[in-house]
Amino acid sequence: MSLQRFVLKRGLITIPLLLGISLLTFGMVHAIPGDPIDFITLFTDLDPQTEMEIRAEYGLDQPVYIQYIDWVTSAATGDFGRSIITRDPVIDEIMTRLPYTLVMGIMAFGVTLVTAIPTGVIAAYYRNTKIDQASRVFALLGIAIPNFLLGLLLLLIFASWLDLFPILPPTDQGILSYDMLVYTLLPAITIGTGSTALLMRLMRSSMVEELDKDYVRTARAKGLPERTVVQKHVLRNSLISVVTVAAIQVAFIISGSVVVEIVFSYPGIGRLLVNRVGNRDFPVIQAIVLLIGVAVILANFVADVLYAYLDPRIRY
Amino acid sequence: MAMLEVEDLNVRFYTDDGVVKATNDLSYRIEAGERFGVVGESGAGKSVTSLALMRLIDEPGVIESGEIRFKGQNLLEMNEEEMRSLRGNEIAMIFQDAETALNPSYTVGEQISEAIRYHLDLDEAAARERAIETLESVGIPSAAERYSDYPHEFSGGMQQRVVIAIALSCDPDLIIADEPTTALDVTIEAQILELLEEVATEFDTAIQLITHDLGVVAEFCDRVMVMYAGHPVEMAPVEDVYYNPQHPYTVGLMSSIPRIGDDRDRLQTIPGRMPDLIEMPPGCNFHPRCPYAEESCTRVDPQLVDVETGDPADPINSDAQTAACLAHTGELTGELEYEVTVRGEDDFPGPDGASSSAEVTDR
Repeated sequence: MSLQRFVLKRGLITIPLLLGISLLTFGMVHAIPGDPIDFITLFTDLDPQTEMEIRAEYGLDQPVYIQYIDWVTSAATGDFGRSIITRDPVIDEIMTRLPYTLVMGIMAFGVTLVTAIPTGVIAAYYRNTKIDQASRVFALLGIAIPNFLLGLLLLLIFASWLDLFPILPPTDQGILSYDMLVYTLLPAITIGTGSTALLMRLMRSSMVEELDKDYVRTARAKGLPERTVVQKHVLRNSLISVVTVAAIQVAFIISGSVVVEIVFSYPGIGRLLVNRVGNRDFPVIQAIVLLIGVAVILANFVADVLYAYLDPRIRY
Repeated sequence: MAMLEVEDLNVRFYTDDGVVKATNDLSYRIEAGERFGVVGESGAGKSVTSLALMRLIDEPGVIESGEIRFKGQNLLEMNEEEMRSLRGNEIAMIFQDAETALNPSYTVGEQISEAIRYHLDLDEAAARERAIETLESVGIPSAAERYSDYPHEFSGGMQQRVVIAIALSCDPDLIIADEPTTALDVTIEAQILELLEEVATEFDTAIQLITHDLGVVAEFCDRVMVMYAGHPVEMAPVEDVYYNPQHPYTVGLMSSIPRIGDDRDRLQTIPGRMPDLIEMPPGCNFHPRCPYAEESCTRVDPQLVDVETGDPADPINSDAQTAACLAHTGELTGELEYEVTVRGEDDFPGPDGASSSAEVTDR
């Protein structure tokens, strides 16, 4: 099968996946105990008439399945309703914060790939030497340390002691300002460290396995330079398993952002989510959870396509 | 001077259990265009020898001493750069299991043409053309279309043809074929051997064929070296080894071949196993398994001698039949468990007119 057909086929599978995600999101949010009306009215006693009016205004008087259908159909057009708390359109609330999280996530993922793959390759090539052992120690620490602790440590060392970063993000300057981008490095490194450690070890073991394969000897027997043998033949095959796990790391990075944004007072959607969960702001929670689900599905889609590109045997 | 001369080659593997002596003072030569067979059981040092020629011995192995002279140049004195320009270009290798020898994620065309581009300095299009020609010459139908297929889209026999095409692509002077047909079924094996024979004749390429299949050697080779525990025990023109094997080990190998029309219930085997290459038996390494062994065999390590004259033989320059032991025709002591007589084709015409056969009788 050609790569195009594979992409098309794989793309079609995402449609039922997206529907499933929307159903789960909606269902889970509505399973949270607590009536949103109480949060809207700040727990004041209301006469039934007013309560009915408010319920009707937010569509809360409809049966749950009608609420779901209404929500999905308008969500498909980008309309997630209005926030119960601020009464702003949900999409606007998300859009003002999404760029921050997006930049932080991309930076975290970039830091992960840029450090994990080369260090993994080096550790594999110099396996069982001091270099390899050092990478093993780093990996163990990186996987073991919780995000919030690492975030606090980085803040303590780089912002408080060394004074290289401000303690609070320079939010007033906008996400694409130099100061903000530099500051974003700290949370990005915090989120990326665990993934880096994991991917580095995976890259190493995958590479060690590939280096022992017969085709490597064939490539050497052709007289190719060692660099070509490793970078062209071995790397491509070792990346196959790494790509899959890297895609799963996208999910970890997204979920990690929720905690890390709070540690760094970072104005992203993770912090917005935690904030609104406390206030039962259903429209906002639903939209963010759906967004996270879609992001994970997309990441997996990209991983599968990359996987098929790297390994022709799986374009079934 | 022969095209390839190997002299006193010693390859060692430094393992945690001790030093594995994979080859011991190994010497032989291959002439231009010659087909040279290397035979022995697993662990005899056949593959190590061929990897040593390419200087592709992996850690913890090292080529400890000796010389490998290819067209007069000692390969062991070359730097890595010079060695690389020989690999795949003047000396090429065909590996045992084609399925694993090919990289699954590149097209076969790319795997052939990358060596062509590298060694012959051709551009993409010219290398592609040459690769397609090579694919055609190894009998791959509609080679131009199959150029962009991946290895998993080929059958086992076709994969082996691709591996051969890689070896042939830069028109080498010597091809080292390490059990090229072991992973294939018999009909495909015959085709592949025929193909090797064809291309060797067409391009006048010398072939060092490593195998444990004496039938393949008989069909294919001009001269043969029988290896045991890292050194030759018999080296001779192929007919001599078949009609008149000298070394007890060669005799044992010959008598282990099952033959059509043979009514034995059990196949003959050589008792025992290849010795531990870390701690080899003293004297003749084969003596613990040898039915002809005498007390002196435990003390003296025999060297190759000319079978006719009995004089010490020069393994590099001698053309005659040489063997490290002539006991098979000599006097026997102790219990002899088997006896071997080798007869000519008149007695046992094989299906394809195979040139020799052996009969074994229990005493």
